[in-house]
Amino acid sequence: MSIISHGVARTGYETKGYFRSPDAVFFTFLFPMLMLGIFAAAFSSRGDIGLGPGSPDHVSVAEYYLPGMLAAGILLSGVQNLAVDIAGEKGDGTLKRLGGTPLSPVSYFLGKLGRVFVTGVLQAAMLLVVAKFAFGVALPTSTQAWTTFAWVFVLGIVTSALLGIALSALPRSSRSATAVVVPIVLVLQFISGVYLQFSMLPAWMQNLASVFPLKWIAQGMRSVFLPDGFKVLEQNGTWDLGWIAVWLAVWLVVGLVVSRLTFRWIRRDA
Amino acid sequence: MRANPPELAVRVRGLRKEYGGVAAVDGIDLDIAQGETFALLGPNGAGKSTTVEILEGYRHRSAGEVSVLGVDPAHGRLDWKARLGIVLQSTGESGQYTVREQLSHFARFYPNPRRVDDVIAAVGLEKQAKTRIGKLSGGQQRRVDVALAIVGRPELLFLDEPTTGFDPEARREFWGLIEELKSEGTTILLTTHYLDEAARLGDRGGVIVGGRLVAVGRIDQLGGAEARVPLVRWRDEAGALHEERTERPAALVVDLAQGVGGEPRELEVIRPSLEDVYLSLVHAAATASATAGTARELVVMHTEKMHTEKEGEPA
Repeated sequence: MSIISHGVARTGYETKGYFRSPDAVFFTFLFPMLMLGIFAAAFSSRGDIGLGPGSPDHVSVAEYYLPGMLAAGILLSGVQNLAVDIAGEKGDGTLKRLGGTPLSPVSYFLGKLGRVFVTGVLQAAMLLVVAKFAFGVALPTSTQAWTTFAWVFVLGIVTSALLGIALSALPRSSRSATAVVVPIVLVLQFISGVYLQFSMLPAWMQNLASVFPLKWIAQGMRSVFLPDGFKVLEQNGTWDLGWIAVWLAVWLVVGLVVSRLTFRWIRRDA
Repeated sequence: MRANPPELAVRVRGLRKEYGGVAAVDGIDLDIAQGETFALLGPNGAGKSTTVEILEGYRHRSAGEVSVLGVDPAHGRLDWKARLGIVLQSTGESGQYTVREQLSHFARFYPNPRRVDDVIAAVGLEKQAKTRIGKLSGGQQRRVDVALAIVGRPELLFLDEPTTGFDPEARREFWGLIEELKSEGTTILLTTHYLDEAARLGDRGGVIVGGRLVAVGRIDQLGGAEARVPLVRWRDEAGALHEERTERPAALVVDLAQGVGGEPRELEVIRPSLEDVYLSLVHAAATASATAGTARELVVMHTEKMHTEKEGEPA
């Protein structure tokens, strides 16, 4: 199948191009690591984060923020990176040129998905390594935890990539792409428990965040990396793994449909 | 979809394209034979790019019949695109890849590509093969565009203003490359502002003004024989300027000289150049449609501008 083999070739090509773009690497690849470092350094003097006096469950600041940064990395690698990247390719003529070749749009998307997957995996691996060796975070050892990690990660990164492709239709020009995309991504990170402790947000903000996928990715990651006792801090007092799967699947379908409906090699005229 | 007679690469009948009810392309008929190089001329906003983009499959037409390599471009599939090579008006930015990386990647899309090294040599970028495209000069980047368009061994090559911004030497080198492709039997549709380029490369050409093809034919016969009749101009003894078109300018000059009994003042024999012929064609067509065409031209100028400038603003 040339569609698949072209998709694989595109993945290699796209990944190479990504790592040669310094701004993309900094703002979507290294950013969560940088933020983890800042949070760990800034708040470490306040001591561990726990469930309260007398409770045995408490974690270091780095350990507490690791799940959020993993979730942010998934969002940045997919949504922010692809939305800005594809809007740019629309503006600079890259898409128009590809549209004049026998490359299938499906292969093009497979290449984008493949790149997001590869860079997302590398990013998550680096975050885990940094967390473990630089901040002494104890990583889970149970198969069950890593299974949860795997499916939340895969579902999250695919959904995030598709939403990035869908969102690339929104900026009216490549110049405005960053201005349109970054605020959306930034607000989501603040209300979804990446930078601020989700349990400390007002209920209305938690409910608002629950509509969007990032909150569910972050919740899934917390279920993997935080002690089980921390689930009392979640909205329903449980990790809600079933709902995480449902909400991410819904957003995956939304991303797929919107991408399919809005994508054009060029902006078509009337 | 209807197959062409085998000798026709492009067949267009009654092509129209409207933007908001105003025609940018207004009834074009065009045949391009296989192996032929056809040069499409015309001022900015005349409808050249719109026409070419319809043939390339980028835009849908409002009316008319179009067949490119036997296929309606509005329904062109990937196997049809594999037979085309397209050099767009503006260069795509893939600056972070080297020349060889970019060509090797694009070559994969085609069933029977040329060897990447051969293509790099053909466009004269051997020394830049390992250089990132973003670091090349404008003229070198344009050669990369051409290389990308020919790496798939196209039967039909579209060249949209390929040498704009070239220095004279680069333009001549580029012409040599295109002549090689011609000799291999590639059909070429060239749009250009340079009449010398059209004359050098084109077997035939056409002039588009106001969305209509106002002249078609061999480049050296565009505008008809009438437009090429030499012009003799002189000033008589009373100081009045005279002009006369004649097939026998030498005889007229002899007569004049005998009549005056010496040198006629300010005597000139002018053989209209391609540029003179072209400008008179454009001028005549523009004048004829001046009353009806003002609104249309504004719309066409606007839409073509949007096509040709880097896409970025909303359509």
